[in-house]
Amino acid sequence: MSATVTPKVLTANALLEGDVVYLAPDGGWTRQHDRALLITDAATAELHLLDAAARGHEVVGAYLADAKAGPKGPEPIHFREVFRTRGPSNYAHGKQERA
Amino acid sequence: MYRYSEFDADFLRNRVAQFRTQVARRIDGSLTEEEFKPLRLMNGLYLQLHAYMLRVAIPYGTLNGAQMRQLAMIADRWDRGYGHFTTRQNIQFNWPALRDVPDMLAALADVGMHAIQTSGNCIRNVTADHFAGAAKDEVADPRPVAELIRQWSTDHPEFQFLPRKFKVAVTGHADDRAVTAAHDIGLRLVRRDGALGAAVLVGGGLGRTPMIGKILAEFVPMADLLPYLEAVVAVYNLIGRRDNKYKARIKITVHETGIDAIRAQVNAEFAARKPLFSGVDQALLAEITAHFAPPAFSDQGVGGFAADYAADPVFRAFVDTNTAPHRHPDYTIATISLKAHGATPGDCSSAQMRLIADLAAHYAHDEIRISHEQNVVLPHLPKRHLKAVHQALLGAGLATANIGLLSDIIACPGMDYCALATARSIPVAQEIATHFDALKLEHDIGPLKIKISGCINACGHHHVGHIGILGLDRAGVESYQITLGGDGGPDAVIGERAGPGFAYDQIVPAIERILRAYLGLRMGRAESFLAAYRRVGMEPFKAALYGAGGAEADAA
Ligand code: HEM
Ligand code: SF4
Repeated sequence: MSATVTPKVLTANALLEGDVVYLAPDGGWTRQHDRALLITDAATAELHLLDAAARGHEVVGAYLADAKAGPKGPEPIHFREVFRTRGPSNYAHGKQERA
Repeated sequence: MYRYSEFDADFLRNRVAQFRTQVARRIDGSLTEEEFKPLRLMNGLYLQLHAYMLRVAIPYGTLNGAQMRQLAMIADRWDRGYGHFTTRQNIQFNWPALRDVPDMLAALADVGMHAIQTSGNCIRNVTADHFAGAAKDEVADPRPVAELIRQWSTDHPEFQFLPRKFKVAVTGHADDRAVTAAHDIGLRLVRRDGALGAAVLVGGGLGRTPMIGKILAEFVPMADLLPYLEAVVAVYNLIGRRDNKYKARIKITVHETGIDAIRAQVNAEFAARKPLFSGVDQALLAEITAHFAPPAFSDQGVGGFAADYAADPVFRAFVDTNTAPHRHPDYTIATISLKAHGATPGDCSSAQMRLIADLAAHYAHDEIRISHEQNVVLPHLPKRHLKAVHQALLGAGLATANIGLLSDIIACPGMDYCALATARSIPVAQEIATHFDALKLEHDIGPLKIKISGCINACGHHHVGHIGILGLDRAGVESYQITLGGDGGPDAVIGERAGPGFAYDQIVPAIERILRAYLGLRMGRAESFLAAYRRVGMEPFKAALYGAGGAEADAA
């Protein structure tokens, strides 16, 4: 597999609350996209995905999402991932109410 | 009103206990997500974009005050103080925590409600007109027939592995409020020489390949209905495609085989099956019909209704747009709009639910309906109480007089909640409603159905909107495709695509151009948008949308 792919973050939903979470550099889960681990090579990405599948008691539905480096940390690229960083647009529910 | 039996109550309690164990085993790690997922889906628990979602069934859209009050309690205790009513006549709670779901299900079971989903390729929930049993000029209440079909098809051994899922809708009124032409089978109750029967439509459906159902039989007498339906499903079971999921619905079978060939096969199958029906089904139908008996209507006249109607313009506007004729002359059917300008279509706060429950209990025979247009209905409201009810609704932000108008928009959850969405739909609905409210054009424009879906699954029924909006993902940007001329009524039509899509910030101006074009070309106020579209066709609207050059820059 090529090492030069679009950088990724590993994302999923937390088992208990359903909240959107990201794999953090320390191997834990963070709810903030800009604190996520930015994964830049494909082989590592696949390994993390396998690892997340084995952590099904913590998270559900893990997948890799395209991301890019930003001044405060990784930033989402696709609008769906942008929405997932904050919550719905009709109410300040979800993560944005805790921000 | 339909009453659940003791058997049903025990069954519900057992299901909850079983699911409680399954949730515990999921949380302690003994069940994997692969093992747990089918179990949670069967119990109405979905994982959406930002959280879990619990989908609660409201059979035939029918609720009583105690049930509505319990929904309010659940919303306050375990969710965010509101619920979302959907086009499938169910309520969704958008923020449950996994641990709390068994308690929520237990609270539902206490009032005879559940979140059990029919899933898989079987006959799914049967739906009926939300004015059933109340509307003036109704042929017959469709709910007993719907319930008979539900009971017959549940656990029917022959039909557990159909090529694809199968949906049935029943209407008992010439104004088809159940969108029967958009279902695998649509039944329209009719009388012939005094005898009750049904016209049978087959092969309708929205989604990826939208189609309008075709008439399979003009009249099937009630005693023949179940054997006839069994014949239809048996023919489909035999010749429906199993090689391709997207071609497996009966609409494709009908399209590929032809309605006449299907009819011939169904008739042959019917002749073979009819003798096997002993008439037990008719006894069952009589029993079910008794459960749906109408309340005892009172004969106390209409009180000060006429005087209030003449004196109070706000009340008058509400009566004119939000009520429909009832079978009893002193009664009315009142629709409570969940579409206040700028609100999320279909959302109802717990305080609003409690108020509606109280109003139903005090004034309206304790009956509430949920419509597939995401509004709440008091089906049996004496006219003499209408003023008091309106007064109470005003105080709770529930008196918006917009039923059937521009801002009575159907919108699916779209990318604000749904994991399958390709674009948002709720904020588009909110902005259209507030924009035209500011322009004060809504009442001038008159009857108009705008329907919005956030992906091709078409939960917002956009194909049958007079103006339909479909949100798509075009190269990583939200893009909205407009269809015009759709209609979900008795003469159902699939809307026609206007041309290339519009960006998120261009969709409201595009809708305004369409409606300004309509105002300019209509033959007086009596010609509705849909009637004008049928007269002049797509061209004037295309010109309004894309300018004189038309839609050359087709991006789609
Ligand atoms: C948010 C979670 C939801 C998910 C994941 C979801 C998913 C789907 C899918 C996948 C289909 C297509 C099924 C098929 O044809 O194979 C569908 C159909 C449908 N959904 Fe939803 N839906 C959701 C919410 C809703 C809501 C809130 C409504 C009502 C406002 C709704 C109303 C419908 C209707 C009426 C159809 C049938 C359309 C037809 O005639 O084919 N759904 N849904
Ligand atoms: S139409 Fe698509 S986006 Fe809307 S609720 Fe259905 S599946 Fe979700």
